[in-house]
Amino acid sequence: MSVQIFNEQATEERAENARMSAFVGAIAVGDLVKSTLGPKGMDKLLQSSTNPDAALVTNDGATILKSIPFDNPAAKVLVNISKVQDDEVGDGTTSVTVLSAELLREAEKLIEKKIHPQTIIEGYRIARTVSIEALEKHAVNNGDNPALFRNDLLNIARTTLSSKILSQDKELFSNLAVDAILRLKGSTNLNNIQIIKKVGGKLSDSYLDEGFILEKKFGISQPKRIENAKILIANTSMDTDKVKIFGAKFKVDSTSKLAELEKAEKVKMKNKVEKIKKFGINVFINRQLIYDYPEQLFTDAKINSIEHADFDGIERLALVTGGEVVSTFDKPENAKLGYCDVIEEILIGEDSFLKFSGVAAGEACTVVLRGATDQVLDEAERSLHDALSVLSQTTRETKTVLGGGCAEMLMAKAVDQAAANETGKRALAVEAFSRALRQLPTILADNAGYDSSELVTKLRSSIYNGIYTSGLDLNNGTIGDMRELGIVESFKLKRAVVSSAAEAAEVLLRVDNIIRAKPRTADRNH
Amino acid sequence: MAAQGMPDLSNAIVAQDEMGRPFIIVRDQGKKQRKHGIEATKSHILAARSVASIVKTSLGPRGLDKILISQDGDITITNDGATILTQMDLDNQIAKLLVELSRSQDDEIGDGTTGVVVLASALLDQALELIEKGIHPIKIANGFDEACKIAIDQLDKVADVVPIEDESYLLKAAKTSLGSKIVSKSHDHFSQMAVDAVMAVADLERKDVDFELIKIEKKVGGSIEDSLLIKGVLLDKDFSHPQMPKQVKDCKIAILTCPFEPPKPKTKHKLDISTVEEFKLLQEYETKKFQEMIDLVKQSEANVVACQWGFDDEANHLLLSNGLNAIRWIGGSELELLAIATNGRIVPRFEDLSPEKLGSAGIVRELEFGTTRDRMLVIEDCSNSKAVTCFIRGSNEMITAEGVRALHDSLCVVRNLIRDNRVVYGGGAAELTCSLAVSEAADKQKGIDQYAFRAFASALDTIPMTLAENSGLDPIETLSHLKSKQVNENSSRLGVDCLGKGTNDMKELFVIDPYIGKRQQLLLATQLTRMILKINDVIISGKDEY
Repeated sequence: MSVQIFNEQATEERAENARMSAFVGAIAVGDLVKSTLGPKGMDKLLQSSTNPDAALVTNDGATILKSIPFDNPAAKVLVNISKVQDDEVGDGTTSVTVLSAELLREAEKLIEKKIHPQTIIEGYRIARTVSIEALEKHAVNNGDNPALFRNDLLNIARTTLSSKILSQDKELFSNLAVDAILRLKGSTNLNNIQIIKKVGGKLSDSYLDEGFILEKKFGISQPKRIENAKILIANTSMDTDKVKIFGAKFKVDSTSKLAELEKAEKVKMKNKVEKIKKFGINVFINRQLIYDYPEQLFTDAKINSIEHADFDGIERLALVTGGEVVSTFDKPENAKLGYCDVIEEILIGEDSFLKFSGVAAGEACTVVLRGATDQVLDEAERSLHDALSVLSQTTRETKTVLGGGCAEMLMAKAVDQAAANETGKRALAVEAFSRALRQLPTILADNAGYDSSELVTKLRSSIYNGIYTSGLDLNNGTIGDMRELGIVESFKLKRAVVSSAAEAAEVLLRVDNIIRAKPRTADRNH
Repeated sequence: MAAQGMPDLSNAIVAQDEMGRPFIIVRDQGKKQRKHGIEATKSHILAARSVASIVKTSLGPRGLDKILISQDGDITITNDGATILTQMDLDNQIAKLLVELSRSQDDEIGDGTTGVVVLASALLDQALELIEKGIHPIKIANGFDEACKIAIDQLDKVADVVPIEDESYLLKAAKTSLGSKIVSKSHDHFSQMAVDAVMAVADLERKDVDFELIKIEKKVGGSIEDSLLIKGVLLDKDFSHPQMPKQVKDCKIAILTCPFEPPKPKTKHKLDISTVEEFKLLQEYETKKFQEMIDLVKQSEANVVACQWGFDDEANHLLLSNGLNAIRWIGGSELELLAIATNGRIVPRFEDLSPEKLGSAGIVRELEFGTTRDRMLVIEDCSNSKAVTCFIRGSNEMITAEGVRALHDSLCVVRNLIRDNRVVYGGGAAELTCSLAVSEAADKQKGIDQYAFRAFASALDTIPMTLAENSGLDPIETLSHLKSKQVNENSSRLGVDCLGKGTNDMKELFVIDPYIGKRQQLLLATQLTRMILKINDVIISGKDEY
């Protein structure tokens, strides 16, 4: 006699079945994104089911995984780690998924040999610690030397961009990204880098504006060019400027009184403008709307006004021009104004923008991307964002490691040595970890169309023989010196890849039961 | 429930009137289900067994986790018995009772939620055999109660008192509770965190720990090892104006529950403006009000303003230009915590602000995370160190959520030790010694209790057996070996060596559990068993037709 304890449509998978379902899901996700890995990786075209016209072409692991609705819980875990990797470091989203899937693939083989999942986890923990130590040992820190550090950054940008759509113009874009990041002066707030996308031209027409570009216009009949601009950046209402006392409202009994009140309102606005004038400015930028009347007043006072610069825009402007965001206007002497040499209206493509050049502080900047189609532009933005994220994180953690499978192979070597010192079944798991690490260069070579078994074994022997800078030169299909080739990656990125992938594999390895509740239905009476 | 098939009139309760005409007292049509007598009891025991078989594999340091998928497809991955049980989509009432059981263990003790369910189901299993022998369920339940008393006496006897002044014992107990969780990866780190957190807020005189003072926050990113204990408060907020400095030292914090807006009366009202003068007056009033507010804050010598409500743009700017850092939209409970931590008073009106009502903290600074715009504020070096925040990191949402649960368990364990510093040994050692005591007592019993006692003892054996099974050891061999060893060496500290360390002495392996946790497990499981055994009739009314 058996008793049904679950709700009718709830399901339960146990032991082998649960484990299988977890492994299969994770490995499937890994296989899905694996072909995008490396400089010769391919892109995916994602088509939305609700809007068939919205096609998305991308090489970015996190974007691909975010866009696919998975039902498998293990797949969701991998999607989540790739998302977190994206938020934390910005790149390496594919690597982390692939490594995690490879770790589980190896674990599956061990479980077939009847090794307890907890034993495998023990082994993986040992291996993870060892590999991160190895990574740390071989990391190079050029943070103290600006020239070398800039070179490192450039190399990292090149490495990151080489697998993306921007690889053709990676020289241009890596310089662009590094310049943009160095202007942030150590801040990691990427919102300060504005990316403007305009269809038309080609990718190589993109540029970093040395000033700042705002997607706004001056008010009507104001001059299109201002020199020696003194800027007041404000966040205040310039529409009706209502009284904020709660519950206050106008109630009048005659039209004449209404007219008087209207006039009073106007006077109030006029007073505000007068106050603003006292700041001695010639440009006024407001986050909120500016109605016609105050705009007119500004024009008369020879102050150019810009309305409705959104929140990010205002913050960036404040950073760029060194001004302060102001909401009260009683003390002009206390307020910090922004300065720049020239503000002018320019055309990009067919749209007009305001360009601020010769800015005082310059802690924010604008990148203008040009490209043939929306898809290209979107993908270019994603790629550039990846590069910017990695670079900004590298300014914090200045250590670097080598790419092209070099770092992975170094870790694999350390792990192999650790395995030799381990006794008991967990040594098998430690070995498995090193095999999973070696899968990354293998996939890189496979994606580039080379004989991976040949190349990777060559790489292995080279590294194991102490040439610690060897890696895969995927343009020539040979083993090369990564330091010379300039294939450099951020240490933080690699460490995050190894540690998150191992953590995710551990989470899934520990599972022996999947209980699924009845899916919620749209039916009211469910 | 198993389908009952066609309407079964034999299950209907029918009486006959004096004319011999039947009339139905309990209508029993197809929609109504009824189980009766032994059949009902058996089906309950089977249901309990099914539930226990799910959580059983989570027990012990080598137990495994479960993935639970909610109705909306959200995933929880956990090892915590109470969480597994509450998130299962159950239909069976007996199964729900077990959920309640593990929840009450969770509420009372906070740990051992898996063990209590496994024990209850083992007791029921044993009862089933006795029922089949023809023993009355109530008699079994009575026998179990008696046996439970003996088991608890034995627990009392073997419990060791540990000095709580010696942190190492607390650490060991915390470690034992974390052994089965995923955070065992950074075992020492987490147990240290739990002990530090509890010791920071514990009131050792009253032997009490106020959990309100320990806040657990989580954020994805980094890895489990990056989790840390913040001696202060962590707020998921940033400063209200982007240009405020990101760090303030030697803070005097004004904690406000009034918004930086013109005051509004609580009663419903309407303010009509009908003349220009009134309009002007109101404008002046408004500007004056803002200035007043800022002045009042300034006068109190505060340099940080923490407010439960929002600010008007103008007020925000005034704060900035007056060099006041401000935080807005702080939740009620967080505001309270902030007040406790900084020894400040929550001030409901600007007029009430005064220097002695301000909270003080060494530093308030903004933390930035990753490449997204995530920021948090840390308030540290508070004047009252009795508020701490455990900040859990991890590479994905599932692992951070599990980290929070695990830490909560170990916090509970440490708290329990502070309340009652007696410990028993884990790894099934405590259950084994109880089992031995109960079976010894069994032979002295007269009548049916003898059977109940033996059954109780075998139920207790289930815990070490399950531990052995989950660790890949032969359960029967392990159990018999341990039992004989406990008797021969007269030591109650021998338990299952789950991690293959080569010794069975749990004292040496530092596997310790708080005494009150174990005691509670025994009591709750026995109580629930009695409750389920007492049920002999289940009537499920059919759904209304619509």
